[in-house]
Amino acid sequence: MRYEAPESLDAAIALLNEESGTARVLAGGTDLIVQIRADMVDPDLVVDIKKIDEMRTISEENGGWRVGAAVTGAEMNEHAAFKAAWPGVCEGTDLIGSTQIQSRATIGGNLCNASPAADSVPAMIAAGVTLTIAGPNGRRELAVEDLNQAPGKTALEKAEIVVSFAFPARGAVASDAYLRLTPRTEMDIAVVGVGVSLELDGDGTCRAARVGLGAVAIKALLVDEAAQALIGTKVDAAAIDAMAAATSAAAKPIDDKRGTKEYRIKIAGVLAKRAAGIALERARQN
Amino acid sequence: MSIAEADRPEGKVFKQIGKRIKRPDGVDKVTGRARYGADLNLSGMLHGATLRSPHAHAVLISIDTSKAEAMTGVKAVVTRDDFAEQPDEMAAAGELPVNYMHVVRNVMAREKVLYDGHPVAAVAATSMSIARKALKLIEVKYEVLPHVIEPDEAMKDDAPILDETLFTDGVDPKPTKPSNVSKIVKIKKGDIEAGFEQAEVIVERTYHTKPVHQGYIEPQACVASYSEDGSGELWVTTQGPFMYRSFTARLCGMDVSKLKVTPSEMGGGFGGKNNVYGEPVAMVLSRKSNRPVKMVMNRGEVFRATGPTSGGHMTVKLGATKDGRITAAKADLAFQAGAFPGAPIGPATMTAFACYDLENVLATGYDVISNRPKVAAYRAPGAQVIAFAVESAMDELAKKLEIEPIDLRMQNAAKEGTKAAYGPVFGPIGMEETLQAVKDHPNYNVPLGPNQGRGVASGFWFNIGGETSVTMNLNEDGTVALLVGNPDIGGSRASMSMMAAEELGIEAEDVRVSIADTGSLGFNFLSAGSRTTFAVGKTTINAAREVIKEMKARAAKIWDIPEDAVVWEDGHARPASTNAGDFEPLSIVEIAKKASTTGGPISGHIQTNVTGAGPSLATEAVDVEVDPETGQVKILRVTVAQDAGKAIHPSYVEGQFQGAAVQGIGWALNEEYIYDDKGRLENPNFLDYRIPVASDLPMIDTVIVEVPNPNHPYGVRGIGETSIVPVMAAVNNAIENAIGVRLSDLPMSPPKVLKAIEENS
Ligand SMILES: Cc1cc2nc3c(=O)[nH]c(=O)nc-3n(C[C@H](O)[C@H](O)[C@H](O)COP(=O)(O)OP(=O)(O)OC[C@H]3O[C@@H](n4cnc5c(N)ncnc54)[C@H](O)[C@@H]3O)c2cc1C
Repeated sequence: MRYEAPESLDAAIALLNEESGTARVLAGGTDLIVQIRADMVDPDLVVDIKKIDEMRTISEENGGWRVGAAVTGAEMNEHAAFKAAWPGVCEGTDLIGSTQIQSRATIGGNLCNASPAADSVPAMIAAGVTLTIAGPNGRRELAVEDLNQAPGKTALEKAEIVVSFAFPARGAVASDAYLRLTPRTEMDIAVVGVGVSLELDGDGTCRAARVGLGAVAIKALLVDEAAQALIGTKVDAAAIDAMAAATSAAAKPIDDKRGTKEYRIKIAGVLAKRAAGIALERARQN
Repeated sequence: MSIAEADRPEGKVFKQIGKRIKRPDGVDKVTGRARYGADLNLSGMLHGATLRSPHAHAVLISIDTSKAEAMTGVKAVVTRDDFAEQPDEMAAAGELPVNYMHVVRNVMAREKVLYDGHPVAAVAATSMSIARKALKLIEVKYEVLPHVIEPDEAMKDDAPILDETLFTDGVDPKPTKPSNVSKIVKIKKGDIEAGFEQAEVIVERTYHTKPVHQGYIEPQACVASYSEDGSGELWVTTQGPFMYRSFTARLCGMDVSKLKVTPSEMGGGFGGKNNVYGEPVAMVLSRKSNRPVKMVMNRGEVFRATGPTSGGHMTVKLGATKDGRITAAKADLAFQAGAFPGAPIGPATMTAFACYDLENVLATGYDVISNRPKVAAYRAPGAQVIAFAVESAMDELAKKLEIEPIDLRMQNAAKEGTKAAYGPVFGPIGMEETLQAVKDHPNYNVPLGPNQGRGVASGFWFNIGGETSVTMNLNEDGTVALLVGNPDIGGSRASMSMMAAEELGIEAEDVRVSIADTGSLGFNFLSAGSRTTFAVGKTTINAAREVIKEMKARAAKIWDIPEDAVVWEDGHARPASTNAGDFEPLSIVEIAKKASTTGGPISGHIQTNVTGAGPSLATEAVDVEVDPETGQVKILRVTVAQDAGKAIHPSYVEGQFQGAAVQGIGWALNEEYIYDDKGRLENPNFLDYRIPVASDLPMIDTVIVEVPNPNHPYGVRGIGETSIVPVMAAVNNAIENAIGVRLSDLPMSPPKVLKAIEENS
């Protein structure tokens, strides 16, 4: 296995493009190294992207934020302004593993590993994040919910790298929240994860909302019906119940070692309701 | 005169015992200096890797190793052909004896593979990656057979039979058809039918528990080195170096004298390191390759192939009069033994009702084999499984009788003089004291909020003594070297140094305890059954008394007075009786310095089969809060009161109580082996096999109850196991108290709890 740690994106793309065997991007390695050790992949080339500056920064951009794909969960949580803007997304990364894991685990790795249960992804779907992807044919943009196709499978072409995540600008009375259910309080994989982001008018009417749902389908989902149940309402109990019901209805889980289908469908609604409540509370305080 | 008679603990003023001295192994453990099983590296050493069955049950038709053997870097390959057949002969292995015929088949599959992960072949190569690649070149032909996992399934008439030569033991007449039930045992007292006739209130329910793993952090690891002269050395993480010596020597066809086993530092065992797995395989690989061979399991191998404890299928029936006197107690329990016979049904039937003073008892146990790894001991083996059922039933009975659950237990508590259903008449035991301790604890009186519940349960464990051999050497500077044969699995080095120092009248820091290799001491039974502080401690005290006797003799010689005119006090020999005051007392240091001129080195050596272990009882209270919408259970408070007899080092005792409670909480709420429809383990890792993490737990509050064991000079009982016994039932009772529904299946995971809530509403 060859290990390379180029300092430019172009060099990284060139290395990946020239490799005829199995090539993998390495960010924090908290998924990749575990998979190598478990004999799940046996790469010929590993390209470490942590030395590429563009991928390691958090910056304000057009009233929103841009976060490099190799930024770690710990760095996001330590960035006070970003955390104030997107507390739900930071909640997602703050749930990944433990303090040790979070200081390695990157937001790009969490997404590109393509686990339907990845904790930062439902919140990023709710946030309406747009990805910047770079490859041998240049750059393109993609909605975050469109990257993953199935467990372990992304829409990335050969030698493509996710470079950064753009978080949109939004109004003052807005916030987000992420909740997951795990049997243990830490070091566990979401049985269900729900991210809710919402924005209110001056009179408290919900102007915009998005709901992301994880661990209940082959990939994390954008649940438009749930968002529609909130938009235009005062986010009262009836609206939240309707939104929770829509979230449960969108869940398409399977029975597996981490939970039953029936249980996951119910919990999707429970968490949606609770996450919406938290996001609402936060928005009102802004 | 036995030491017990000589020195009853009552009224004794201790100088060392009861202190919380710094742990002697602490610094090396936190700095990484301590050497565990995987930490030894020898020059020329090879790395061993094991090929394991992907099938739960299959005939092993053929194994072709030729391609692996031809690979560069591969130095040896072994299969069933490298191990001689073993006779049908039982060998002691801590709390669960094993049969050599089965040990050899567990170490390397012979006719059949019997569980997912069963070893089929092993390779030693110059690197781990070569060894692992070589495994992929071994061609194995299997004929896959139907499999069975759960004990109730395995007992059915049409269940796949694992062993055609197995006929149920303990039934009359002897059966003619082979069965997965290897044996039936019964514990009886009084007349069970008559007892139920006297009952005014009866509760009866069936309970299930899943197999769970000990969850030690350090995987099995060893380095075996076989010499051309026919001798061998084994460095290994083990609870019993002497047992590993017997097993490995036997399986490798060696004389015991030719094999030296050196125990490494222990990274947890809990009963799981009483049995050999890769050790004989590493030794045979070393013999074939003429090189040392290291074998280290990965976590997946630990889960798939090393001993978990049994899952149980149990029905418990209790009868009582309206005023709370239990008139009859009956338990039927079928335990999974795994691939080979030997589930802990003996201890389970014996301990089932041992907390109580009952007239009429019947406990029947079925040892059931199925396509799972062979079970190993786990902290009070069997007692915890049956206690889940019995102590849940006690709670149900208390509710039905409208008697406070501690009061119902108190009313029926076993005490000194109670004749246990399994035979003995108890000496002093602490059941009532632990019940009272929990009742008096502030935690028991904290008001509960909405969705919160409180549960209580008690537990019993025998504790054991066993073969013990220790040597104490007085060093030339007056410090002491103590050599014991039991690996330190819970603080025994600290406790031994304290007991030795107490006797000698010196400070514990002046006694350095080493764990011997098997060449340095006589046979020691393993560190299991909560025996170490009791049995090795008692033997250490006796060895110290021998050293004192010799030191008095040396002083007598120096002073030229009779030996019996010398007394030993506070680390000094003093002239006594008519000579009192004639000579300046001689300190242990002075005697040590003069030893070469007064007769040579001074030491004490004792070998004995220690008897007189005192049972330890525990009562625990658990408070929970249940999320009514998700079924998640949060543990709010845990109070553990256990009878230590005498706590030598209270912090270690509390640590044992806490650790046991934590393991029980995991068992209660989340831990389970999950098999797919092919009988393959789906969760062989700590991510999906969920032992509790720190954030799942409150501080575990402890109360050390001390009802002295009259058979130990300081009153010590063993304390390493009992505290796990009540936990699962206490959690269950607390959940029932919170949600008003009684669960009967472990683990009480969120989906099950939610379902119970919904079915009730
Ligand atoms: C003990 C433990 C606990 C964990 N707990 C959680 C948890 O609670 N929640 C959770 O969601 N996850 C958890 N994880 C999984 C993991 O930590 C996260 O998914 C993490 O965010 C992965 O990031 P990484 O930087 O380590 O990714 P890596 O392992 O470096 O990469 C993961 C995958 O993404 C690819 N990749 C990485 N970056 C890019 C990029 N920029 N462009 C294209 N491809 C890329 C890699 O090639 C690889 O296939 C846990 C892992 C461990 C070991």
